[in-house]
Amino acid sequence: MNYIIGAFKPACHISITFFDGKSRKQVPSKKENGQTLMVPLFQSQENIVGKISIEPVSGKKVEHNGIKVELLGQIEMYFDKGNFYDFTSLVRELDIPGELYEQKTYPFEFSSVEMPYETYNGVNVRLRYVLKVTINRGYAGSIVEYQDFVVRNYTPPPSINNSIKMEVGIEDCLHIEFEYNKSKYHLKDVIIGKIYFLLVRIKLKNMDLEIRRRESTGSGANTHVETETLAKFELMDGAPVRGESIPIRLFLSPYELTPTYQNINNKFSVKYYLNLVLVDEEDRRYFKQQEITMLRLAETS
Amino acid sequence: MMAGVAEDEEKWLSAGITGLQQNAFYMHRALDSNNLKDALKYSAQMLSELRTSRLSPHKYYELYMRAFDELRKLEMFFKEETNRGCSIVELYELVQHAGNILPRLYLLCTVGSVYIRSKEAPAKDVLKDLIEMCRGIQHPVRGLFLRSYLSQVSRDKLPDIGSEYEGDADTAMDAVEFVLQNFTEMNKLWVRMQHQGPARDKEKREKERSELRDLVGKNLHVLGQIEGVDLDMYRETVLPRVLEQVVNCKDEIAQYYLMDCVIQVFPDEYHLQTLETLLGACPQLQPSVDIKTVLAGLMERLSNYAASSAEVLPTFFQVEAFAKLNIAIGKVIEAQDDMPIYGAVTLYASLLTFTLHVHPDRLDYVDQILGACVKKLSGKGKLNDSKATKQIVALLSAPLEKYKDIDTALKLSNYPHVMEYLDNGTNKEMSNVIIQSIMKNRTCISTAEKVEALFELIKGLIKDIDENLQDELDEEDFKEEQNSVARLIQMLYTDDTEEMMKIIHTVRKHILTGGPKRLPFTVPPFAFSALKLVRRLQSQNENVSGEEVAATPKDIFQILMQTIEALSSVPAPELALRLYLQCAEAANDCDLEPVAYEFFTQAYILYEEEISDSKAQVTSIHLIIGTLQRMHAFGVENRDTLTHKATGYSSKLLKKPDQCRAVYACSHLFWLDEHNDMKDGERVMLCLKRALRIANAAQQMANATRGSSGSVVLFIEILNKYLYFYEKGGVADYR
Repeated sequence: MNYIIGAFKPACHISITFFDGKSRKQVPSKKENGQTLMVPLFQSQENIVGKISIEPVSGKKVEHNGIKVELLGQIEMYFDKGNFYDFTSLVRELDIPGELYEQKTYPFEFSSVEMPYETYNGVNVRLRYVLKVTINRGYAGSIVEYQDFVVRNYTPPPSINNSIKMEVGIEDCLHIEFEYNKSKYHLKDVIIGKIYFLLVRIKLKNMDLEIRRRESTGSGANTHVETETLAKFELMDGAPVRGESIPIRLFLSPYELTPTYQNINNKFSVKYYLNLVLVDEEDRRYFKQQEITMLRLAETS
Repeated sequence: MMAGVAEDEEKWLSAGITGLQQNAFYMHRALDSNNLKDALKYSAQMLSELRTSRLSPHKYYELYMRAFDELRKLEMFFKEETNRGCSIVELYELVQHAGNILPRLYLLCTVGSVYIRSKEAPAKDVLKDLIEMCRGIQHPVRGLFLRSYLSQVSRDKLPDIGSEYEGDADTAMDAVEFVLQNFTEMNKLWVRMQHQGPARDKEKREKERSELRDLVGKNLHVLGQIEGVDLDMYRETVLPRVLEQVVNCKDEIAQYYLMDCVIQVFPDEYHLQTLETLLGACPQLQPSVDIKTVLAGLMERLSNYAASSAEVLPTFFQVEAFAKLNIAIGKVIEAQDDMPIYGAVTLYASLLTFTLHVHPDRLDYVDQILGACVKKLSGKGKLNDSKATKQIVALLSAPLEKYKDIDTALKLSNYPHVMEYLDNGTNKEMSNVIIQSIMKNRTCISTAEKVEALFELIKGLIKDIDENLQDELDEEDFKEEQNSVARLIQMLYTDDTEEMMKIIHTVRKHILTGGPKRLPFTVPPFAFSALKLVRRLQSQNENVSGEEVAATPKDIFQILMQTIEALSSVPAPELALRLYLQCAEAANDCDLEPVAYEFFTQAYILYEEEISDSKAQVTSIHLIIGTLQRMHAFGVENRDTLTHKATGYSSKLLKKPDQCRAVYACSHLFWLDEHNDMKDGERVMLCLKRALRIANAAQQMANATRGSSGSVVLFIEILNKYLYFYEKGGVADYR
């Protein structure tokens, strides 16, 4: 039995470890099968250093035409599944063709790697970084091992961050003025604001603030837009009268947000919107959508 | 249909309770296992039951109370959690992640309470944040309950002076600001209820609102309990802000309830010092607000306060409480055009009570109030509103009770004017009250002027006010009231004979207007009162002879003569006869022979002409004999005439035994112990013999008609007389 299973097993075991794997921050990452796995976190311009150890299954020799490690930045569109577009590709040769009889360890290093885009798992698009080890074998097919890692890039706090202030309404029916304290929020930020009712002639039932993510993929005629509502936060219960002002305080930390991505490698964009929704007693919805910029600040801790 | 609604409501309530309990159960489990995340999740779900719109406030309250109990447990847990090292600031943020606003805010208030207790942030800041966030609930019922929850959990955590949460310099102001703001917002929500939903449900809505009013009023209670609210702050901040809200909300129910609350909640001395502000708000209220009850409540409180200790009275004078109240009442009555009469009168009655407590010496105030009342009533004719009448009676009774002295009331020039507006029945009743007050306090009315005023006041009892209106009064009641008038006449008395004479004139003038029905009641006390004066004059004359006196007994007798004559119109001959005899006796004592004779003559005329009933005759003749016997002023001639007449009447009585008795009684007319010249034994004998004859005749008659010889009582009685005179030496022999 063991022998038969052994026949389908890879001929060797490859493990990739990072030099600072113990101390480096790990973040959860969703795999294709839906499982979440903790993976190391990098940012652009970091050195990615580690070692790869290859251990042939006991007593077998592995013949190969060379061993290499690649660092790949890939974008995968779901309508074009399995087809990766590599926007970054770095290679290190680890060994010249030969034979492996016993465990052998190869150090590797990619210095100051340019990783401009963040890892992203969207509805229609995925951006990932991966280390790929390949043992080239002519006739038997190559042995390949992957190690995912996550890239997050931090931006400094914006120097200009205006509030969003706007008066909207339906003539002789509803006039409101709303204000969000900023137009650019970081991922752990709090949205502070208020809604001021200038005129209320409809019987409102409640008011919500939604955070919506708009992911557009492709370009030109093939553009595909997907909008998700990530947060639905009730701001008001009941019918206000003229002159009431309703406070907004929405903590962003509980939601799974990313920074705003502008035209990533001409492949996709991710934008965020605040959608203020007023619902009347007949369940009619009145809403006003405002784009906000999301950004990732370096974590202080 | 209504039953259906109630049934449905019951169903919704029990569904709500079930949901709440279920989530509370999971919450407890999470609490027990120190699972904060689940605790928050299930508590939010539990609180979601409070999002219902289907329950009436009454039922909603039931649900709320259950949630309230659960939240106490959650609060304990939060407290323990912070003790275990969980940051309260983080916790404060964490609960705000809840997506639904109502559960979120309940949780926020709960954590906020722990936050304040932790003292990691000034109470003022946390409270400010909470009150601001609560604006998110605009639904009246849910908002009121949420804010009431906030008020409940923050009550013992206000940054009040002396509290452990006390903050910097303006700390009490912060506490006040917080409560005031909560009060304002709650009142707005409460008032808003009135304007939501269809018009046909108005009544139901008003009922629901009244069920919720205490939630709003609670804030004022809290304000009243804040230590830091001293008079200055109350005057400068609290009262103006509360009144501003009350006036501006323009809601009848709220204004009435809140004004009353303000009056009840804050201390009396504050009211006194801010009277102008408080009263200034009254005319600005909606015209339909029952402002009189509110003001009456205020005045009652102030009255009690004034009564509580004499030390506070100077403050009342200092702030000119009366003037302010008086002006305010005037303005309110002016502002509220359609205020019913009884409302205005109630206000005046309350003001009067207040005045009597605070300014017992200021009769002019009292008169002023009555004057204002008259002004309000003028042109309206007699009142037929029973409520108003009742209030007027109260208004008029108050000074009587207070001063216990009718004198004072008589000085009030407007008093009788007010009485005029009462209907006849009440007028009489009021008159009775006045008389009773006089009787109870044994006040003597001692000048003719006052008597005049008094009679003016009680004229309802003295004469028929409306000639056309035949009194349908109960005979008993009439007797009762006339008896009290009779008693009253006895109270009109002074030691000054001259003045007394005037009084007598006045009384006479008034009672003569009373008509035949009243005279029998009023003339006797009058007569006796006059006779009393006669006797007084008599004794005075003995003491200080030679002095010129204005009133002579003769004059009085003249008056009496005329007055008693008036009884003939009733007619009440027996009564008149008695009075004549009384007068005669009095005249006798004054040695006024002609006057006494005249009275006797009148009495005889009455006997002859008016008294026909045999029984009455018997009584009368005995009275005549008795009186005549005591007369000593008569000369022989006059006396002979009168005695002769008397014996003549006696023998003409109908029944033999009556004849007999009258005749032997006549015997005394000829024998006066103390006058030796009036001991005529012969004529005594004649009388007795005649009596014997009649007795014999009586017996024979009895024999003839009934067959039995009858009793010998008469003989024994005659024997008795014989023995009497024998002892006196009047009868020489006995047959």
